[in-house]
Amino acid sequence: MAAISARNLSFKYAGAEKPSMENVSVSIEKGEFVILTGPSGCGKTTLCRCLNGLIPNFYSGDLTGNLEVDGVNVAGKTTAELASHVGFVFQNPENQLFSLSVERDVGFGLENMGVPREEAIERVQWAMRATGIFDLRGKAPYELSGGQQQRAAIAGILAMQPKILVLDEPTSFLDPKSAEEIVAAIAKLSHDIGLTTLLVEHRLDIVSRYADRVIVMDEGKVELDGAPGEVYNDRARLIGVGLPRVTMLFHLLRTEGFDVNNPITVEQASDELRRLLTK
Amino acid sequence: MISIQNVTFHYPDGPDVLQGANLEIRDGEFVAIMGENGAGKTTLVKMFNGLLKPDNGTITVDGIDTRKKSVAQLSRDVGLIFQNPDNQLFAETVAQELAFSLRNFGFSEDVIERRVTSILNTLDLERYEKSSPFVLSGGERKRVALAAILVWDPKHVIMDEPTIGQDYLQKDRLRNFIMQLVSQGKTVVIVTHDVEFVAECMPRVVLLSHGKVIGDGSATTILTNSSLVQQASLVLPQISTLMKNLADLGAPSEIIDAYSARDFVVAQMRRKGEARARPLKS
Repeated sequence: MAAISARNLSFKYAGAEKPSMENVSVSIEKGEFVILTGPSGCGKTTLCRCLNGLIPNFYSGDLTGNLEVDGVNVAGKTTAELASHVGFVFQNPENQLFSLSVERDVGFGLENMGVPREEAIERVQWAMRATGIFDLRGKAPYELSGGQQQRAAIAGILAMQPKILVLDEPTSFLDPKSAEEIVAAIAKLSHDIGLTTLLVEHRLDIVSRYADRVIVMDEGKVELDGAPGEVYNDRARLIGVGLPRVTMLFHLLRTEGFDVNNPITVEQASDELRRLLTK
Repeated sequence: MISIQNVTFHYPDGPDVLQGANLEIRDGEFVAIMGENGAGKTTLVKMFNGLLKPDNGTITVDGIDTRKKSVAQLSRDVGLIFQNPDNQLFAETVAQELAFSLRNFGFSEDVIERRVTSILNTLDLERYEKSSPFVLSGGERKRVALAAILVWDPKHVIMDEPTIGQDYLQKDRLRNFIMQLVSQGKTVVIVTHDVEFVAECMPRVVLLSHGKVIGDGSATTILTNSSLVQQASLVLPQISTLMKNLADLGAPSEIIDAYSARDFVVAQMRRKGEARARPLKS
């Protein structure tokens, strides 16, 4: 059974002239690590908002089609009901943290869900260890660096033990080193506990190595869907996807007539270029 | 010219965010200020239009000490575009947002209309003229925030993280737009983490770490210096790492962008082809 299954999903925001999302059909399997990308305004945030019921519960408009998340039909479910199935991490962790200590913040969702105290403590400790912030548990969120805050936000979501994790550009505000660290941590977690992960990102240079699959949206529709090496093609470039620069280099080389593969990481690119130059 | 001399600054009850920063930005320069989260980048640029004043040291803009002028006075010459557009936008429509400051500066209505139309056009925002800034996507709101400052044509343009949330085509457009500003003689300062964007724009790069300038030079010099880059929590541009990995094959260490890397590969292959062809000729 698919973790996320959307069929002919369309949505038009109230007052908007045209739909932000049109006939989107995607199926994401359990445990998959998927990148969702596309130009600004392509509908990726709209799709994410459907997954946790923000659409239609908090954004009014016309929603049609069918969406199942973790086997639950989203229609008629509240965002709170969906929170135990889908965990959400946003661009700016400051929007998600508000308590006086990291530990309280991580446990906040559980308190709301009415999880028994003993179990809650155990889950909070596990989540803080899994995200590498256990030693920071007594600190106030504002004392943390951006990367640490994002880890705390992720820990708070993990403590609720969702089956599916959706992250909307979680690295936007982070310096490259913190961004790499946080993405590596997410990828490891996803792999270790079989968490289905949907990562909305523009920074493909940092995230591509972890992706099983990349979905590219444009003008409300799914345009490309496949392994990164297949998806990062000329079509993606024309849509405006910011390919990793090493991938871009190999596009340029193919345009010059060289017979080369389509590497997506620096390591692959180094091997491929060495092969070409020493052939 | 923006001149920063021995500037220190701390927020109430906090440690020193700037610890004796020194920097000179000449008129018409294009500068990227880079460094780790919390390095003091945003704090520093907030001083350029007087939003923050230094504890010690001085900041002068075109020879005038920022302590001696109001933010409103300084803003006419120093346009600061915030990292988060929501801290800046408030009007009901995009057009009103853009006209607001122009009215405050006392421009006539026909000038206002002309400028608003022109900036909407330049930043590809015409179709949102009558929309509320708040129904736009994050990337679009950022462009509105940029337009709202550029519309009054400040002499020095400071952008805090302009590429966040922007897709590749918009970054390309932003780059062209920056080049246009630079060619008009404006000073452009960007605060950014976006190593790849910088590798393609080639500004002067100032590295800030823990409130001090730790590196200052061309994009090529700074972004290929592994130890400096690491110290500032950045990463090398992908192409730079690739070139370093292939140094034994003669890959030049100063290449940091895909187009120059392509030119290198093409030249190498041509040379190889010629070397191979030579024995056949003889």
